[in-house]
Amino acid sequence: MDNESDIRSDSSLTVEQAIANLQGEDLGLRVYAAWWLGRFRVDAPEAVDILMAALEDEDDRTHVGGYPLRRNAARALGKLGDHRAVFALMRALECSDFYVREAAAQSLEMLADGSCIARLRELLNNQIPGTLPAREPPQLTQPFDAILEALGTLGAVDAIADILPFLEHDIPRIQYAAARCMYQLTPNPQVANQYGDRLVHALANDDLQLRRAVLADLGAIGYLPAAEAIAQTPAENSLKLIALKGVLEKQLLHTTPPHLSDGALNVMALMDDLL
Amino acid sequence: MVDHLSSLIRAVDAADSSPRLLEAVQNLAAAHLEGAILTLIATLSYNNPGAAVAAVDGLIQLGEPAVPALLELLDLHNYTARAWAIRALAGIGDPRGLVTLLGVATADFAMSVRRAAARGLGTMKWHWFPDHLLEMAQGEALDALLFVAQQDEEWVVRYSSVVGLESLANAISAANPEWRSQIQAQFEHMASHDSSGAVRARVWMAQQRLQSQTVIQSGIEQLPSPLSATDWQMILEKLYERKGEERLVLAAGDPRLYRDLAESIAQPPNGAQ
Repeated sequence: MDNESDIRSDSSLTVEQAIANLQGEDLGLRVYAAWWLGRFRVDAPEAVDILMAALEDEDDRTHVGGYPLRRNAARALGKLGDHRAVFALMRALECSDFYVREAAAQSLEMLADGSCIARLRELLNNQIPGTLPAREPPQLTQPFDAILEALGTLGAVDAIADILPFLEHDIPRIQYAAARCMYQLTPNPQVANQYGDRLVHALANDDLQLRRAVLADLGAIGYLPAAEAIAQTPAENSLKLIALKGVLEKQLLHTTPPHLSDGALNVMALMDDLL
Repeated sequence: MVDHLSSLIRAVDAADSSPRLLEAVQNLAAAHLEGAILTLIATLSYNNPGAAVAAVDGLIQLGEPAVPALLELLDLHNYTARAWAIRALAGIGDPRGLVTLLGVATADFAMSVRRAAARGLGTMKWHWFPDHLLEMAQGEALDALLFVAQQDEEWVVRYSSVVGLESLANAISAANPEWRSQIQAQFEHMASHDSSGAVRARVWMAQQRLQSQTVIQSGIEQLPSPLSATDWQMILEKLYERKGEERLVLAAGDPRLYRDLAESIAQPPNGAQ
């Protein structure tokens, strides 16, 4: 605390120090401590308690009214895996700060607790008071992609009717999030593959940012027919390797170690060439 | 020929959009001209992954003539460009790149650089090495790859070390059977203990191939070495220098302490997680 530069430049910040910093006066140290606890997955109950309290913080505000500490606390809570945070994160979905809502939706996805599905659907449908309108008009009203990804991971089949319109959303990234979600929620493999194939076609998009987003989506669903297209699309090899890792690890679910499916062997051959 | 080259280079310099740059670099790489080397290396730092892939392929095709410039111009400030250059050096497999690959595989702060180097350590053109140097060079490569396999925190770097160790096992099997056993023991351990499913799977694949003696042909031609006696002398000196430094580095403490943090700050927000 007495020497900020020492603490900031050193990853050896201790758990006790981080917890103390998060409750201290210095806003910079607080926001850093919240990030640090998540980054190093400090899941001590005390850390979770003060991060949940930080979701209600009113001290740290940006000039347009954002809540930087709440954003970092919401992100960290997803990484710590403590289900006590679910209710606090659902409350954070009501926050006026778009990025707090986005972080909360992502963390609820990571905590894989279905009790938040109804609340996520309300946010998807713009039915949570206090979250509208978006602060800067060209911005989205809601973090739709994060909400859709969470609904897909949480297996929210009841939400399909709410999700389908997003396949035609104006913003391609959100269409892709909807396709990824529908792939996960569709039980019939042939129908599900149509959503997977939509993502494969999206890898031909001219915009590198969009191709990066699609790579993440394909890795998340582990869509084997995409492997070759992932390897070929012009993007960073690191991102392609992460996507192919997702595809490979999905294949491993179907075989008993150390047996490997042909699909797994093919994916590894593609990965070797990207190293 | 020179006119052709300069018009191809002009097209790269004049490209004002990402697709045009990609096309221009592809054309320049496909021309297979040594005069293109410096321009191809420059495009590695343009932050255009499609163009960088084309440039790396072109540099690998050109082979040894590109090596001195790749080593000389290795970008210490831009880790993305450095990763592409190391990938080119790894793909060429020229022994003059060995000491650089050993250094960055074990100590570069950027995981993409360590990843590219670890694979390259396995696919050196080992058949070029004179006998008196081969054993020392392979011993260093083995030590570096085992260190990476055991210590690196990033799954993708350990994955790459497995690929490197598999290639190395195929290169050393006849001369040093105990080295091959060391690699197999490392695989045995990782097969059940590595924290990443992808890494464990790659180990199983390597084990199965080593067991069945499947050697994956890398497509490297088996021509004799074009390197001069001076080149080999320099490689030997650098290897000795490195062996001396290793002790100092270990004594001074592990550089990995700060590397992780530096990388997490340096990565773009939606980069590798």
